[in-house]
Amino acid sequence: MNLFRLVKRDTITSMHHTFIRVIAILIAFGLSSLLLVFTKSDPIQAFYNLLIEPFQYRSGPIEIIKLTTSLTVISLGIGFAFKMKFWNIGAEGQILLGAIGAMVVARSLPTMSAVGLLPLMLLGSFVFGALWGLLPAFFKAKFGTNETLFTLMMNYIALNIVKTLESGPWKDPKSFQNTITPLPDNARIPSLFSEIPWSLLNAGFGIAIVLTAFAYYYINHTKSGYELSVVGESESTARYAGMNVFAIVMRTMIISAGICGIAGFIQVAGNNSTLSSGVAGGLGFTAIITTWLSKLNMFMIPVVSFIFAIIAIGKDGLITIGIPSAAADAIQGIILFCVLGCEFFIRYKIVLIKKSDEFISKVRGAA
Amino acid sequence: MVAILTESNCIELKNITKTFGSVVANNNVNLTIQNGEIHALLGENGSGKTTLMNMLSGIYSPNSGEIKILGEVVNGSSPREFINMGIGMIHQHFKLVDVMSAKENIVLGQPGSIYLNARKMSREISELSEKFELNVNPDKKIYQMSVSEKQNVEILKVLFRGAKVLILDEPTAVLTPQETKKLFKILKNMKENGCSVIIITHKLNEVMEISDRVTVLRKGESIATLNTNETTAKELTELMVGRPIDLSIERKQVNKGKKLLKINQLTVLNEEKIKALNNVSFEVFEGEILGVAGIAGSGQKELCEAITGMQKVKSGHMTFKEENLIGKSPRDIFKMGISMSFIPEDRLGMGLVASMNMIDNVILKSYQKQKGFYLNRKPARMLSEKLIDGLEIKTPGVHHPVRLLSGGNVQKVLLGREIESNPELLITAYPVRGLDINASYKIYDLLNEQKEKGVGILFVGEDLDVLLEISDRIMVLCEGRVVGIVEAKEANKEMIGYMMTGGDMHESI
Repeated sequence: MNLFRLVKRDTITSMHHTFIRVIAILIAFGLSSLLLVFTKSDPIQAFYNLLIEPFQYRSGPIEIIKLTTSLTVISLGIGFAFKMKFWNIGAEGQILLGAIGAMVVARSLPTMSAVGLLPLMLLGSFVFGALWGLLPAFFKAKFGTNETLFTLMMNYIALNIVKTLESGPWKDPKSFQNTITPLPDNARIPSLFSEIPWSLLNAGFGIAIVLTAFAYYYINHTKSGYELSVVGESESTARYAGMNVFAIVMRTMIISAGICGIAGFIQVAGNNSTLSSGVAGGLGFTAIITTWLSKLNMFMIPVVSFIFAIIAIGKDGLITIGIPSAAADAIQGIILFCVLGCEFFIRYKIVLIKKSDEFISKVRGAA
Repeated sequence: MVAILTESNCIELKNITKTFGSVVANNNVNLTIQNGEIHALLGENGSGKTTLMNMLSGIYSPNSGEIKILGEVVNGSSPREFINMGIGMIHQHFKLVDVMSAKENIVLGQPGSIYLNARKMSREISELSEKFELNVNPDKKIYQMSVSEKQNVEILKVLFRGAKVLILDEPTAVLTPQETKKLFKILKNMKENGCSVIIITHKLNEVMEISDRVTVLRKGESIATLNTNETTAKELTELMVGRPIDLSIERKQVNKGKKLLKINQLTVLNEEKIKALNNVSFEVFEGEILGVAGIAGSGQKELCEAITGMQKVKSGHMTFKEENLIGKSPRDIFKMGISMSFIPEDRLGMGLVASMNMIDNVILKSYQKQKGFYLNRKPARMLSEKLIDGLEIKTPGVHHPVRLLSGGNVQKVLLGREIESNPELLITAYPVRGLDINASYKIYDLLNEQKEKGVGILFVGEDLDVLLEISDRIMVLCEGRVVGIVEAKEANKEMIGYMMTGGDMHESI
């Protein structure tokens, strides 16, 4: 017989909300500690390395900011599509195409000054990313093609285009390996702070801040943002209200994929110094998780991306104290699982059968 | 098949309570079903009828209380157990596999050999069908059947599984008056064969016509059980609603104005390229309510969507005050300056955005009038507050998602928004479906108010009594054709029902 039943919560206080999340994090630490003890490591030392140590050495915070920047920009891009319930999992490919776009501009205008060249590279990356996203959007809007498969497949095409460029047309003649010629200094995003050289921290995170503000304003306070939310909730309501669903889908995907393209520009002209097939490096997939965890709240995206970046950078610190990298990945997984899993308990509560009668009388008393 | 019962009560429900979250669907409900009776379960939408019957068929299990079948307490919670104990439920939405034959559907899920003795099965099914006059052809595929035939297959299915108690959830909602009569004959036949029947309904005339006893549910509680021949429709309504209520709908006398909508030989194809509307011609004038009657799926949806520009038209003419509507999208119609309002059947899926709040729903039709990029929600917020006061919409506030409102309040948000846009033509499909009596009458009042203002109204309805009372003229559709348009004053229910099945209106009189 059933010993307990699940009851949907109507309301939850923010105190209770926080309490559940704190418990989830404690459980995550508990479970990870078990794993660490099993691998004969010291859990306290491990958590120190995971969460605190990245901030201790000079390049740690810089690495975290760089990763936060990339994740934020990509998540914002994905957020636009997700808000419309267009499951764009092709960010990876759109980043690569954006990177190609930036490279095309930089290679065709080698002598231009940075002031003129960088905005053009940004534009190039936006256009290339947008075009890559427009193709699945067109087929989805016109013929109802499944966008999940379509955008996923296009990632692999993008990856192989970059590999082709690496081994042939854009190959660095000075290199013995298949790498692309590095970008000259005028095509690199400068640093915002004079004391930190651009090779360490570039101004890419400025772009992320501007884009976050733009995304929030667009989705919450513009007619176009309202339209894409309506299309996401119900296409037939959108048609009923006289919206041009085709145009809205196309427009939104231009923005979504275009922003992912900009992330490609930040990667090649900022974080890396050239295009390579590893330039997206799975960020397009990680960003799906950060977007979802932010519950499509544009202001939450940088926060979640920051937490993600700490864990990702800190993970390397685990490996230095002899924890196998697979175990480090497992710990990251455990933390995510607990944090995501606690959402269930925020929405539902478990009531023991014995107690359910009391519960009913309480409810009845309240009503 | 029909067992001889020794107990006089075949079912006893004692103090049944069922909650969903903090919603109490059933609260200490008591119900006793005697052998060989037809027992009506009467109550408004949301009064807990279906929840109660779902517990009696093992789909839900109660939080507390006792279910006794033939004197035995049932503890189990699986539908199969209840089927084995002789309870058969016929749901409002049929649970049949379309591509299979009646026979295959009936034996589906039955224990026994995986090989079917097809001929023996067919014979048994035919015998049972004859005994209860169900007229089911065991080898006919479900998708080839009419709604009434499908219902008979459902009945046969539970009888074949040995049901002694039959539960029917709103069985007449999808039937014409003629089909309803046939169904009632079948039910009476069953009663004579010793079966008990529980019929869930909110239609009083049906309760009076068929039941032996009636139990009234209100807000999840069992209010009373009465012998039908000792009560009146008026008393039952009062029990159901909780206070006296006037059930007549007024037909306001308004002078017919100018011609608003003229439709000539309109043909529309549905997704399967079959004619959903076939050569439909009619006109709507200012200040009149044109009722549309027809069995579900006779082209009502396509008609509404064709007029509002959501559905492509194959051929024909359609003008609004002499302006052509053919080939125009909803956006084009809006840009032409035509003020047309449509209250669709699917309120939360088409008329409103379920997860959004009232402001964002009220702004849906007017935001395009705003200039520029920025969306100004202020006017919509003010309008929302005005609607909440004016139409007595019960909501915690303008920021509450409309999906969480009750059916009546959802409809008020939708109708309120549309009326505020000052329409010249109002198209409304099943505007009171799922609403309680109070909310329904509020909606009828609002429609009459619009009619007095000179608005032309196309009212697609399902309750013929209501259609006859509120409409000025009634157009009857059958399989996408207009069977006839009659003056409501001169029409009666039998005549409309006959026309709904395609019969000529002059033959029925």
